[in-house]
Order: sequence, then structure tokens, then C-alpha cells
Amino acid sequence: MMTELLQTLQNLLGPAWVPVWTAVKIVAIVVPIMLSVAYLTLAERWVIGWVQVRIGPNRVGPLGLLQPLADGVKLLLKEIVIPTGANKFLFVLAPVLTLLPALVAWAVIPFSPEIVLANVDAGLLFILAVTSVGVYGIILAGWASNSKYAFLGALRSAAQIVSYEIAMGFALVTVLMAAGSLNLGDIVKGQQGAGALSWYWIPLFPMFIVYFLSGVAETNRAPFDMAEGESEIVAGFHVEYSGMAFALFFLAEYANMILIAFLTALMFLGGWLSPVPFLPDSFLWLLAKAGFFLFVFLWFRATFPRYRYDQLMRLGWKVFIPVSLIWVVVVGLWMQTPLWLW
Amino acid sequence: MNLETLVFYLFGAITLLAGLRVITARNPVHAAMFLVLAFCSSAGIWLLLEAEFLAVTLILVYVGAVMVLFLFVVMMLDINLDQLREGFWRWFPFGAALALIMVAEMVWVLGSRTTADTVGAVQHAANYSNTKELGRLLYTDYVYPFELAAVLLLVAMVAAIALTLRRRIGVKSQDIAKQVQVKKADRLRIITDESERKTDAQSGS
Repeated sequence: MMTELLQTLQNLLGPAWVPVWTAVKIVAIVVPIMLSVAYLTLAERWVIGWVQVRIGPNRVGPLGLLQPLADGVKLLLKEIVIPTGANKFLFVLAPVLTLLPALVAWAVIPFSPEIVLANVDAGLLFILAVTSVGVYGIILAGWASNSKYAFLGALRSAAQIVSYEIAMGFALVTVLMAAGSLNLGDIVKGQQGAGALSWYWIPLFPMFIVYFLSGVAETNRAPFDMAEGESEIVAGFHVEYSGMAFALFFLAEYANMILIAFLTALMFLGGWLSPVPFLPDSFLWLLAKAGFFLFVFLWFRATFPRYRYDQLMRLGWKVFIPVSLIWVVVVGLWMQTPLWLW
Repeated sequence: MNLETLVFYLFGAITLLAGLRVITARNPVHAAMFLVLAFCSSAGIWLLLEAEFLAVTLILVYVGAVMVLFLFVVMMLDINLDQLREGFWRWFPFGAALALIMVAEMVWVLGSRTTADTVGAVQHAANYSNTKELGRLLYTDYVYPFELAAVLLLVAMVAAIALTLRRRIGVKSQDIAKQVQVKKADRLRIITDESERKTDAQSGS
């Protein structure tokens, strides 16, 4: 039935079929992401409320479930104020430049062995490259705002993201050494075998931790949210933004969190593979694993105080980078011995 | 003209325009952003040549790291355009001569017979891995030049750090290892004073 319908459509559209069908697939990925972003904000407020023994939002709709919609409408109706002396073009461009890479990266994320928008051979590299572009939005926002607080936030963010990207890159190098492929689908397939024991989190455990924590730093989340730092620089790079322009930064931050959660699940926890051999592999496993990491993101925010800037730099350069460099060598040597079981 | 050629000309035009704006833009931050655009469209051209690894690495290294640090510096500069323009005509002949030499070199390389013979990129099968091939060549046939380049970069890095490192006396800094190893006895001293001892005795504890 479904294939027949698709066949009819394909004949009807002719050469226009490929772009139309790709656009449909893109919408099918982007819409659920945007919905998850909306409800992640609600989940965040619930989780933090729960940690702080409060109730959290429960007024709008049943159980407060319509809260994200209310927030969205509020932000849409607000005026976007462009400060005097701001560089108008870059000021408007910056939020778009932040959200764009956060969504583009999803093109190569596999959801199950068959379902992936673009089965790119160099998928891991593509993700690294695309996510590294996201920092431009933050830097330009800070500079174009013509405000000292925003500018300081932008400078902090630039230095932080460039520093943590190195440790992140090395963590990915160990993953591709273990899997022997840059294709994310193949990386998951390489973890097949004896359930949770054959996932890469065991041989690459330090890298698993380094990757996730660098991911928290890359997404500018607490305790690494130096770019915002309300107590010192008000709200950092987005202090001058209001309305929908501000909302785009918000969307990008949460979309990036979901991306990091999915990537960690795919590369270290076997993606859609089942943790026990007697249960079938399913997309639901991937969702559950990513959901766990998202919860950890929120948990961190509710638990840890913000890092001081010099401590942040010390952690990145003097702890994460040496640890990941050593582990690259360890994995390289380990793989030459019969003790390598993965 | 097929789609591939069209896309090539599109990327080529964007690269040229962006390159031109890099040197003509009045605002240094705009100039840096046009350079980013030029890198992105060059990466597009490399993708057309089936050099996926190089294209992605260009974005990752130049756009994602080098240009970010570049912007970082450029944004903090206080540039006076009048001062910059002062020496323009004095330096113009020198710059023009350099440009001419570069054009001549490019014509020489691109127009030579050996380059002309290899015109047309080699088409590979869909499952051909550019990354694997590059890695194999770099670590076998070209391993010595590759390692030499790495050592050169390391020397440059050490030199840059050595040049900018200044040891000053009286700088306050923390030793994290020392802080972590602190015991309760190092920081806390329990003192009972006279009045407290009295209340303790009265309450009979």
C-alpha cells in the first residue's frame, strides 16, 4: 500500500521527485527535533524543580504541558530591539548562524540501520566540521551587539569552544580507531555482539567521559556556561537580544544538547543496539540512551556551581587533552594485542 | 552545461567575490567573515573534485579553529582607516609586483604541459574512501615528509610559546594539586574560649 502510493507519486512528479522526497525526509527529522527542543525546556524546569523540591510549571494546560507553546507565543509577539550602533546585518544573521549548524548536523545521524538522511562515509568528520561552525553565531552576536558584556561573553565562548573541541576531536579519534570507520552507522554496527559489554564505553571509558563533558562545555551548558555567566556579565553574548532572535539562540542550545546526547549514545553506548541479547534492537533504545544523557545535562545544571574561567581552561588544556592524547596511544597499542576484544 | 559545471561556476564566482571583498571591505570583521565565506565555497569546489576529506578538513581547521582565533584578535583591534591608507601609493608598486609574480607562477603551473595532460578529475566508485587512501599514502609513501612537517609545526609552536612567555615575580596563582591535598587540620583550628567553657560547665555537658 505504502510503496504503491510512493511509486504513483514518483511517476507523477518525475524529475522533481528526488528534491521533493528529500525535503519530506528533512521535515520528518526537523519537526520532531523542534518538538523535542520545546519539551526539553519544560523537562528542564520540571527536573530542576524536582531537584530543588519545587513543583515546577503546572499552570498552562493539563500538568503544564502547554507551557512551551505559551513561551513560544510570548517570544513571537515580543519586539526585537536592535541596539543603537549595532551592526544590523550581523546582529540579525548571528542567531540564524547558531541554529543552522545545530540542525545541519542531523543529516548524518542514523536512527536505525536503514533510516539515515545522508549515509555519508565521513560522517564523523562532517559532524565535527559542522558543529565547529556554530561558534560564529555566538562571536558575531557578541560583537554586533555593540555592548561590552556581550563582547566579553563572545570572547569567553570563542576561547572555550576552541579549547574543548581539541579534546572532543581526540575522543572521536579513539572511536574511529576502534570502529575502523568514520561512518556513524558502521560505528554502531561495530559495537554489535554481547550486548552492553561489546559497546565502546568499556575500552574507551576515559574518552566516553571526556567526550560527554566536552559536549557539555561545547553547548555552553552549566557548569561550563561562562559565555552567559549572569553573575559577572549579565547574560553574555545574548544580552541585547529579545523576542524571536533570543529564542533562536535558545533553540540552538537545546538542539545541540540533543545532538550531543544522540552522538554519545551512538558512539559509546551502541546506539539502537539492545543492552541484553534476548531483547531486539530498536530505535527506542537509542531514544532511551539519548534521554538518559539529556537528563544528565539537566542534573548537572541543578547540581554544580559555575566553573571559574581559569579553572575551565585548566580542565580543558591540562586534564582532558593530556588524558585523551594518552588514551589514543593506549588504544593504538591495545589493538595490537590479542587482549583487544571489541 | 551540466549541473556539476554550473555548481562549479557558482562556487568559483562566490570564492572570487568573497576574496575581493576580503581586501576591499572597510570593516576588518566583515573582511574576516568574507574570508570564511571564501573557505566555505572553496570546500564546495573540493567536494566537486571528490576530495571529501580535504573539504571537510578545510572547514574544520580553517573555518572552525583558525578563523575563530583570527576574529578573536581582529574584534579587539582599534583600527584607524586613515592611518592605514597613508602609505597606500608608496607601497602600491611593491604589492603590484608581488601580485604579478603570483599570477605568473599560477599561469606557469596551470598552463604547463604536465598539468594539461592530467585534466579532468578521475571518477571513482561510490564506495571509494578518500580518507582511507589519503591516510595510507601519508603513512607509507610520504611518511618522512609528513613527520618532518609535524616536527616543523611543533618547533613553531614551542617557539611561539617561548617568545610570549614572561616570567614575572610576585604573580599569585593557585596550585590545584596542593589545594586538593589539603587536610582538615591544615585549615581548621578549634578554639574554645573562656565564656564558652563556662556555659558548657553550667549546662553540665
